[in-house]
Amino acid sequence: MIRLARGLGALLALTLPFWLANPYFLHVVIMAGIFGVLALSLNLLLGYTGQLSLGHAAFFGIGAYTSALLTLRLEWSFWLALPGAVALTALAGWLIGRLALKLRGAYFVLVTISFAGVISLVSVNWMELTNGPLGLPGVPAPELGPWSLRAKSAYYYLVLAGVALSYLVCARLVGSRIGRAFLALRENEPLAESVGVDVTHYLVLAAVVSAGLAGLAGGLYAHYTRFVSPEVFLFTYTVTMVVMVVAGGKGTLAGPLVGALLFTALPEALRLATSWQWQMLAYGVLLVLLVFFLPRGIVPALAAWRARRAS
Amino acid sequence: MEQLLQHLVNGLVLGGTYALLGIGLTLIFGLMNVVNFAHGEFYTLGAYAAFAALALGGVDFVVAVLAAIGAGALLGALCERVLLRPLRAESIDTTMLVMIGVWIAMQNGELLVWGGVAKSIPHPFPTAPLVLGPVSIAPLRVFVLVLAAGLIAASYLLIHRTKLGRAMRATFQDRDTAALMGVRISRIHTATFAFGSALAAAAGALLGPVFLAYPSMGDLAALKAFCVVILGGLGNLPGATLGGLLLGIAEELGAGYVSSGYRDAVGFVIIILVLLLRPSGLFAREERIG
Repeated sequence: MIRLARGLGALLALTLPFWLANPYFLHVVIMAGIFGVLALSLNLLLGYTGQLSLGHAAFFGIGAYTSALLTLRLEWSFWLALPGAVALTALAGWLIGRLALKLRGAYFVLVTISFAGVISLVSVNWMELTNGPLGLPGVPAPELGPWSLRAKSAYYYLVLAGVALSYLVCARLVGSRIGRAFLALRENEPLAESVGVDVTHYLVLAAVVSAGLAGLAGGLYAHYTRFVSPEVFLFTYTVTMVVMVVAGGKGTLAGPLVGALLFTALPEALRLATSWQWQMLAYGVLLVLLVFFLPRGIVPALAAWRARRAS
Repeated sequence: MEQLLQHLVNGLVLGGTYALLGIGLTLIFGLMNVVNFAHGEFYTLGAYAAFAALALGGVDFVVAVLAAIGAGALLGALCERVLLRPLRAESIDTTMLVMIGVWIAMQNGELLVWGGVAKSIPHPFPTAPLVLGPVSIAPLRVFVLVLAAGLIAASYLLIHRTKLGRAMRATFQDRDTAALMGVRISRIHTATFAFGSALAAAAGALLGPVFLAYPSMGDLAALKAFCVVILGGLGNLPGATLGGLLLGIAEELGAGYVSSGYRDAVGFVIIILVLLLRPSGLFAREERIG
């Protein structure tokens, strides 16, 4: 049953542009994919190691700016600039992780917010590099041999590959010894340490991979919208990621993707019905309701429901 | 030198209101263990309450500040009673998520009610600055500083001289023992959250006329409040007061001598440095309240 659903889902994902011709819907799906990568990235930290980073938009932004600047200023090919962006954000994740992961709980959260705040202010004020609030227009669309991936249907497959790659990275990591170390740290840090789990090593590793994935999402975003401005650092992005992970189910692999799909499609549907402010208001209320009524998220709730029906 | 004095005076005015924000947050954070991301929204609420009272109600400025304090306390009490009390046994992450939700909802609610255009709050003071030797200061700012100082003093009196304050200090030290001694913990939590929110609203009502009122004004205010709490140490009232003044002055000096574009970075950098180098705060020997 589950296998059938998975197979159908994969078939659906692979053939989507052929039967979903409406460019607006395709746009929503592409954005859901980019947010899916972001949610997977945040889930690695929040869901598996239990550390809430509220500075994740910084990694998204660094990835977007790096990829945009490498293609615009140094005229690198997209296929080199994107790994470059991932590498640089992973490095930033290592640096910030080394410093911030000495702290726990609210203090860790505040340091991550502050780092994101500083980086966002740098992006506004460092005119020579980032062009300040005006942003960087004309980020080139990727090309594959003679073809341009500018069309939405082509870009869709690029994003799909990005989502699949991120999912595989997360699945391999979580299923390995490293993933068990993450869970041990999440559940009981002193106990994990006492049996020889190197706390700093594993937490920094999670931060590096998580930052790299967020950088990947940033690069995919930059070459899709083909414009990067300090708005990529908006706190709204971080909040959206948190909502997606918490709603989908933190600490599950499918949860962030379900959350991303739902919370990209839902605001768009709300937008058709109401204005933008109502939509954000509904977001806030929804987050509160979720914590009260579905504290573990949609995917774990569904799994529990299925287990109850089977028994 | 004259420039330095001028910066110090401006920093003091800002710092007084930062201290109000910080005292409110440090009480909530320290006593209830709630990371109140909606704190900045109570600041915004205060600014809009003052705007409504002054521009639409046409009342006295002091009455407007009192109205803001009342609105903050009322909504704060409601928020604690409805959202935080049922979650008191939950982890700090859970309540933090709820407060993030409240923050988003309140900010966009304000956007719906008041619109996105920044509002200038009318005030009865003359705009010509008072010149005192080398420094000049607008009469409004003098009033803001005096009122902030008065509210800080009132907070000290409440914490140290009243029965409620003693119960709050007891709850902070040891919740279970305080409960055994007959302190009603639920009431103390409601009172603490209402009190902290009222102080944030007062800060908004005071700084709103100096700057402008707009829906997202609370975001930076919340971060500055966290910065003050971290500087002063959790639950530390004198620490929060000194931390607020220090942050205000540091921002003015940073904007004056380094770059005005990085004014708001000062708070972030302070948070990072203090947490990495001296996590218990600059003035704290131990975490305490009072």
